[in-house]
Amino acid sequence: MWDNEVIMMIVRGIGETLYMTLVSSFLGYVLGLPMGIILTVTDKDGIRPNASVYKIFDAVSNVFRSIPFLILLILIQPLTRVIVGKTYGSTAMIVPLTIAAAPYIARMVESSLKEVDHGVIEAAQSMGASTWTIVYKVLLTEARTSLVVNATIATGTILGYSAMAGTVGAGGLGDIAIRYGYYRYQADIMIVTVIILVLLVQIMQGIGMYISRKIDRRRTR
Amino acid sequence: MDPIIRIEHLDKEFRLKDMNVQALHDVNLDINKGDIYGIIGMSGAGKSTLVRCLNFLERPSGGRVVVDGKDLKALSEKELRETRKDIGMIFQHFNLLMQRNVIDNVCFPMEIAGIRKNEARKKAMEYLEIVGLKEKAKAYPAQLSGGQKQRVAIARVLASDPKILLCDEATSALDPQTTKSILQLLKEINRKYGITIVIITHEMAVVQEICTHVAIIDKGKLAEHGTVEEIFQSPKSKEAKKLIYQGMERIAEMKGKRCVRIVFTENSSFEPVIGNMVLACKTPVNILYANTRDLDGVAQGEMVLQLPEDTEIADKMIAYLKGARLSVEELEDYVG
Repeated sequence: MWDNEVIMMIVRGIGETLYMTLVSSFLGYVLGLPMGIILTVTDKDGIRPNASVYKIFDAVSNVFRSIPFLILLILIQPLTRVIVGKTYGSTAMIVPLTIAAAPYIARMVESSLKEVDHGVIEAAQSMGASTWTIVYKVLLTEARTSLVVNATIATGTILGYSAMAGTVGAGGLGDIAIRYGYYRYQADIMIVTVIILVLLVQIMQGIGMYISRKIDRRRTR
Repeated sequence: MDPIIRIEHLDKEFRLKDMNVQALHDVNLDINKGDIYGIIGMSGAGKSTLVRCLNFLERPSGGRVVVDGKDLKALSEKELRETRKDIGMIFQHFNLLMQRNVIDNVCFPMEIAGIRKNEARKKAMEYLEIVGLKEKAKAYPAQLSGGQKQRVAIARVLASDPKILLCDEATSALDPQTTKSILQLLKEINRKYGITIVIITHEMAVVQEICTHVAIIDKGKLAEHGTVEEIFQSPKSKEAKKLIYQGMERIAEMKGKRCVRIVFTENSSFEPVIGNMVLACKTPVNILYANTRDLDGVAQGEMVLQLPEDTEIADKMIAYLKGARLSVEELEDYVG
């Protein structure tokens, strides 16, 4: 049973999973990073408080995070069809994954940026730094370790979502696990795919932690 | 000459949930170019709020702040940012960028000002030399001591070529030895570059060490202001007395007996004034409190003496001290 075909399928599955996870994470950050910045900056003790803007982004982020992923996936199928042209397959899955990830990433970015010492922001303001300069050169730079740690966590979560999306024909390792393991009672294939998923998360976590340590200058040595 | 900082009827109110807190109330103060102006008060007196109103990190609720001829309230967002480049600030907790090394921290204000990188780095090295940290250019703040971090902060402030330097409890997190060296550095900067310095502190010793002028702030109001000598020799307000007599509470036990407080400002450190007085009057005195030090060969500080019961000898002693060019003040029933 472990013939070439099955092995090739699993290799393709790994490729599809990584493709969905990485592209969705990237696009999630394209949307979520600005959102997180806006949430931080417009909050009442932010550098540019703006209650109405904050409330809008706060609400959007909360609403989208409370919708269960599988429901969201089905809800936005019309949108997926408009963007990708079909609702199944790895590429189509990137749309719901991105939309699910963005508000989650926004909250993570917000919490990282809020860790930055207010005194440092004040010092930059006293030098005449503009809001944009403070965001770019103080908030994002000073919080970079925490941003990378959170990006690692976010990518792991998105990988989990992508496996879940396997139930509705997303392709990838999750798809294989469900089709062979669940529907066809081939537990060995299911176990192998699950082990590969665990390894992928481990590897990504390891890389993320290594980078975050590497770029942190707050250590005394 | 117009003052470089003019504070007029300054009010600041903070709105908390359902309570308004009046942090500053009708503060009026002129600070002249080249002054080292100390603003002293207990914690919670409003001094940090006051200094933040000078560069509009806090917007006052009322009144005006005029810096170098510009009314800060009338400036646009952009003009305010430009003006802030003339007003440097250093902080109690240094507030350096922890992810940047020393030289990049010093370059930061020059980046904001749009100075080219090569030129900025060259200038940054000069400023680091002034503060004595040239060899630490590549180190990160986490690797430095408190005093070194404050020196980096001072180099960073110099990099924006300010006319005014605001110091918010800049030495409060440092040990006495380091405090002294940082204050010396500030003094040097004031002398060399003519930068006007405003120092917020709760320690009288800091004011004594470097300030030319002092304002005493209490519960959001300005209690008294003037030159350090004036205020130190003859404080008028209750608040000023309280601050100046810090640590002299023990005098309370001597209530009823005749005590004098003497202030040293111009006597040579080599002249044993009190010793000579005792010899001249042939009667010992009791030193209840003393805080004196040698400053460039001049005795600086204060002392509280308990005089002998004999009125004649006591009067003679007071006359002797006055004759020795000391300021003498009788403490009547002083309770600290």
